[in-house]
Amino acid sequence: MSHLPASQSATPMLRQIAERPTVRGALMRAPLPVKVFGALFVLGFLALNAGIAYVVIDGRLDGQWYDVRDLGVGVGALTDWMRDQGVPEVAVYLTSAIVGATGVLSLVGVWLIIGPWLERRAIAKFQVRMGPNRNGPFGLFQSLADAIKLMQKEVIIPRGADKILYFIPPVFIFVPALLGWAVVPWAPEMTYTDLDVGVLFTIAISSLGVLAVFLAGWASNNHYSLLGAMRTVAMMVSYEIPISLSLLSVAMLTSSMRLSEIVAWQSNYNVWMIVILPFAAFAFLFSSTAEINRTPNDIGEAESEIVAGFYTEYSGMKGGLFMAVELGNAILVGALMSTFFLGGYTMFGLETWIPGYLILLTKIMTVYLFFVWLRATLPRFRLDQLMGFAWKFLIPISMVQVFVVAIQASVLARVDAPGVFVLGSFAIINLSMTILLVRLWASRMSVSTIQQATKPILTQVVGGLRAAEQIRKPV
Amino acid sequence: MPASTEPYVLNIGPQHPSTHGVFRLRVVMDGEVIRDLDMIVGYLHRSMEKLAEERTYTQNIPFTDRADYLAAMSSNLGLALAAERLSGVVPTERSQYLRVIFAELQRIASHAMANGTLISDAGAWQTPLLYMFREREKILDLFEMTCGARLTTNYMRIGGVAFEPPPEFWPALQELVDELPERIDEYFELLTDNEIFLGRTRNVGVISAADAINGSLTGPALRGSGVPWDLRKAEPYCVYDRFNFDIPVGTNGDVYDRFMVRMEETKQSVAIIRQAMEQIPAGPHKNDIPLALRPEIGEIYSRVESPRGEIGFYLVSDGTPAPYRFHLRAPSMINLSLLRELGVGASLPDAVVTLGSLDIVVGEIDR
Repeated sequence: MSHLPASQSATPMLRQIAERPTVRGALMRAPLPVKVFGALFVLGFLALNAGIAYVVIDGRLDGQWYDVRDLGVGVGALTDWMRDQGVPEVAVYLTSAIVGATGVLSLVGVWLIIGPWLERRAIAKFQVRMGPNRNGPFGLFQSLADAIKLMQKEVIIPRGADKILYFIPPVFIFVPALLGWAVVPWAPEMTYTDLDVGVLFTIAISSLGVLAVFLAGWASNNHYSLLGAMRTVAMMVSYEIPISLSLLSVAMLTSSMRLSEIVAWQSNYNVWMIVILPFAAFAFLFSSTAEINRTPNDIGEAESEIVAGFYTEYSGMKGGLFMAVELGNAILVGALMSTFFLGGYTMFGLETWIPGYLILLTKIMTVYLFFVWLRATLPRFRLDQLMGFAWKFLIPISMVQVFVVAIQASVLARVDAPGVFVLGSFAIINLSMTILLVRLWASRMSVSTIQQATKPILTQVVGGLRAAEQIRKPV
Repeated sequence: MPASTEPYVLNIGPQHPSTHGVFRLRVVMDGEVIRDLDMIVGYLHRSMEKLAEERTYTQNIPFTDRADYLAAMSSNLGLALAAERLSGVVPTERSQYLRVIFAELQRIASHAMANGTLISDAGAWQTPLLYMFREREKILDLFEMTCGARLTTNYMRIGGVAFEPPPEFWPALQELVDELPERIDEYFELLTDNEIFLGRTRNVGVISAADAINGSLTGPALRGSGVPWDLRKAEPYCVYDRFNFDIPVGTNGDVYDRFMVRMEETKQSVAIIRQAMEQIPAGPHKNDIPLALRPEIGEIYSRVESPRGEIGFYLVSDGTPAPYRFHLRAPSMINLSLLRELGVGASLPDAVVTLGSLDIVVGEIDR
């Protein structure tokens, strides 16, 4: 209430809000030594960055083991050194595998602390409220507190549940969430395993999780769980197809299924795949939200309908594991989306300056925040609407897209040095084709399902049925 | 080989995110489709009507807070009016306006809650709900300024209202009234054209005008079906006949229409508050009436338009300070009775959204 000074607000709650400490206020009130130390810290950080930039320009960093831009080089140097020392090949292999696995695990682990906090803070900003801000600086430790709480809680096995099957899914569902990271390239040398069938591997891994989901739904012996599992399975089966088709387009155009080569292709032509294949990117993103159970496609765990879906009966850390996997999958999808459609770890030459993994992390964050934005904005589809969207809309248009891309790929193979003109014409053709098809589909199929928004009629008349008919007549 | 299926029983509630209180649905489902639906109420029964027979009319006003706890002012007003009509007390002129202002503020707050939870049921992860809470919060602040309570206000009295609003109330109210139309337009912008929301609510839970009347629905549920029936116009109480406002009615009778009727009604409420603020006269805010009011022997049924519909009070006086019989016609209860017709044959998500659009308050149903 602006007409009163904050301290004299009319109600205790308003006073409490007015007296809340702010970040700026806390900074201003900090004692002088803290301020001096903080300023020195910032200056030191800037100096360090300047030093790094100098070394990078100098070219002294290229290929050295301390090249921070590509941690893969360091690991390569280590394994070479071990081979020189006569360490058996098994140990060398194990060392590099363990280093890589530690990297992936620590990334996912750190994300499980930061991710929920980020999502809750961002959604709180959307929803004009504070979000977690009590536990640690800016509430950063809230996820830790939640994790501790979840671990302390009793794990209740419902009576009538299949005890063995009940224990498997929370563990099992973690496997694909971690395996998916294996093929993601973070920098030229920085891939856990650079499979030549990376795209196929991704598709295969992403459909593994559904087994755990169905197991969880079945073993819980609860109708909500079963409903959630059935919905999830139906949805995953449907949305695998648009994902596969859109990745097929990418693979055909780049004529490679290796993820690092797909990134290299985009970096080579200085173009992001989302520009050339806009519809494939949209189909991939939308289907991914269905795969990872996020709004607007979170029907597998629709809170207002089936409580928590397939993990309704999982309490304590078992339920926590399901939630953790969902978060992990969200950034995995972000990583795949960035790699396939947003140029991966490259950023038009910026990757020579800034480590590629930081660029990829930024892109992952962007995609993740996009998901958060969707979650804060959109209502949920109904199951039949979601299925209809996949089968009547995404899949047919993706099919047409695949045919067009096949022609483009053969053109690309016959052109010696495809430049701006060829790729630009591809982009224009694909974009106009997408718009045309979407409009065509909308006019042919969806008119009956898209409803008109009507405003209520304002009237001064009062009455019963006859008055109601009278009002409706002019319309 | 055709798949053989068999229906199963799903128990929704009493603790479920979208039952809006401790209300239970026993649903027989075949896959995602509801084949049978059973409503079980009574988890919040507090024997209010019987308890009221032991207390004086003024002492009964707090009970009405707890009946429809999202629209305490309207229920207060209902009982105060009924007792006044029974005993022949005439409220002061100024209190009439204050009653209108607070009842309409309560209507805005209640509709904000109803629409917010409806969209939450449709799956929008609480954003619209919290946007609407922002306005509701300001209204509750106004309540707190005036009578010290935010939810269970206990504000209306027989012969007037309990307190004169403090001086800072009027500028705060003016500020709210000025910014509310803007906010409501913002919600219209955010929600009314949302394709997913339209897909979820259009042609879902359709009640025809005849069905609505036969089911004796009232409030936005009735008006959403296209029947222009509003007690504020049809049977003006307080000073509603002095204000110029419209009744919004829907065309299809589906969830979306009920939603839009509520949205539009908040706009009309703002208009009413504006007019009441201009016309409000000076004077005492309540009449002095005896503490133990003894109405003549007789009975009365008095009704007002609460945000959920017609809330009626049937009082029988035997000449003693306490009512001989106290009955509350709860609009939520009667609106809910149509859920079985709407739910059977619909899918689970549709039924949830339909339940949300009927806007029940369990405190009022169980009493």
